[in-house]
Amino acid sequence: MDNLHLDQHISRHFNEELELIKTQMLIMGGKVEEQVGNAVTALLEANPELAQEVIAGEEEIDDLELEIDEACTMLIARRQPAASDLRMVMSVSKMIRDLERIGDEAKKIAKMAIVLSQEGSAPHGYLEIRHIGKGVRSMLKDALDAFARFDVDAAIATLKADEQVDLDYKTALRELITYMMEDPRSISRVMNILWTLRSLERVGDHTKNICEHIVYLVRGEDIRHSNLADL
Amino acid sequence: MNTQAEPRAAQITTSVAGSLAGKAGSMVSQVNEVEKIRVKDLNLYYGNDQALKAINLSIPEKKVTAFIGPSGCGKSTLLRCFNRMNDLIDSCRITGEIVLDGQNIFNRGIDVAELRRNVGMVFQKPNPFPKSIYENVAYGLRLQGVNAKGLLDEVVERSLRGAALWDEVKDRLNDNAFGLSGGQQQRLVIARAIAIEPEVILLDEPASALDPISTAKIEELIYELKDQYTIVIVTHNMQQAARVSDYTAFMYMGDLVEFDHTEKLFTKPALKQTEDYITGRYG
Repeated sequence: MDNLHLDQHISRHFNEELELIKTQMLIMGGKVEEQVGNAVTALLEANPELAQEVIAGEEEIDDLELEIDEACTMLIARRQPAASDLRMVMSVSKMIRDLERIGDEAKKIAKMAIVLSQEGSAPHGYLEIRHIGKGVRSMLKDALDAFARFDVDAAIATLKADEQVDLDYKTALRELITYMMEDPRSISRVMNILWTLRSLERVGDHTKNICEHIVYLVRGEDIRHSNLADL
Repeated sequence: MNTQAEPRAAQITTSVAGSLAGKAGSMVSQVNEVEKIRVKDLNLYYGNDQALKAINLSIPEKKVTAFIGPSGCGKSTLLRCFNRMNDLIDSCRITGEIVLDGQNIFNRGIDVAELRRNVGMVFQKPNPFPKSIYENVAYGLRLQGVNAKGLLDEVVERSLRGAALWDEVKDRLNDNAFGLSGGQQQRLVIARAIAIEPEVILLDEPASALDPISTAKIEELIYELKDQYTIVIVTHNMQQAARVSDYTAFMYMGDLVEFDHTEKLFTKPALKQTEDYITGRYG
């Protein structure tokens, strides 16, 4: 049942309502993806204007979350969805929460970008931000593609990629701690880099959650808190 | 035929695509319940039309089992088999077995009146007798020759309480039952059914002619009755099946398509045909 046949209800309005929450979720996902990309770019290129745009863009994501949540509630109230329809509504309602949190992390990164741009270029940590930023952005893109295509295999491959992100984060952490010990004057600036990496790592975690919801949506299996090796 | 050795095998087999269940081992899941009724290779014909096709099914004791499916799928016909109501239809022919507590109800020696006392039935349209509320409930016992006032009073009160109707009618037990509302009449009929202490209660769309409040009361009642009775309900209202039942059987064109725990059938059905029906898609 990989194809969920959202457009085959006897009620055409039901089709439209389900299609709408799917489309809105993809719009929100696209917007969040853009926010993360711009936040990382703003930081790496010391571009406070772009960072400001990211901060301002947060509101649009919050609005989308409220709108989609409302649509999900209405759909449950009016249609009493069952089986894959029910899983669709429940998982979208959870995924938008993760998307909204990713949006929050993008905003935090953008704020760091402004602080760091005022302090001048930082010698350490940018490489790690570039690397981990690239990793989580590609995870997020793959997760949204997997949702658009209801592709369980892609979702599982994507959630497994989070392990690498976590590993890279830990390595970066150790390295940055060494810098701080060597040169205590750099602590404040390195801490900002560290917060940024922490935000990116959280983006990876939320993306992983989204992938888990995709598996539930398509297969009806709840794989949260299960062993990665078993998947 | 292990029902003789193990009349109440403690296994209920949930199945996918009825007749396939025996072959496709991987698609069959088993749960531990006490089996009350077992349907074995049941075929039913109205003249030349086959209304039920090789049905195999286990109904667990003291649980609610719901039959769902589109009109004409055979769910009411199957329900009526459990107390041999189809005997009343001349053109009806049945092969296979229905084993209730280890005994095939189609056996020659079975007393049908006794079977129906044991397997009570409530229909879509409330059908109280043109008698007082009290006499409606006492009717079954009077048929059995019980006339002791004390005992009748006790049973009438207990049954009406059991059917969640006592508080509404206790001051007018001698009024005609037709003066009750549709929902009250339906609960009265249920009280009448439980007065003779059956073990199984068959409900054929018991709430489809009732308003939402009366429906909710009937559903609440079903929930309470399952502590003591095995309940089988036929309903067109899928949300109702989802709300009240522990097990659900989906039937289509005389076949038992899928039988499983209600929570599984409504969140993750095994077959697309079931999915299409419960989600309102054209199959």
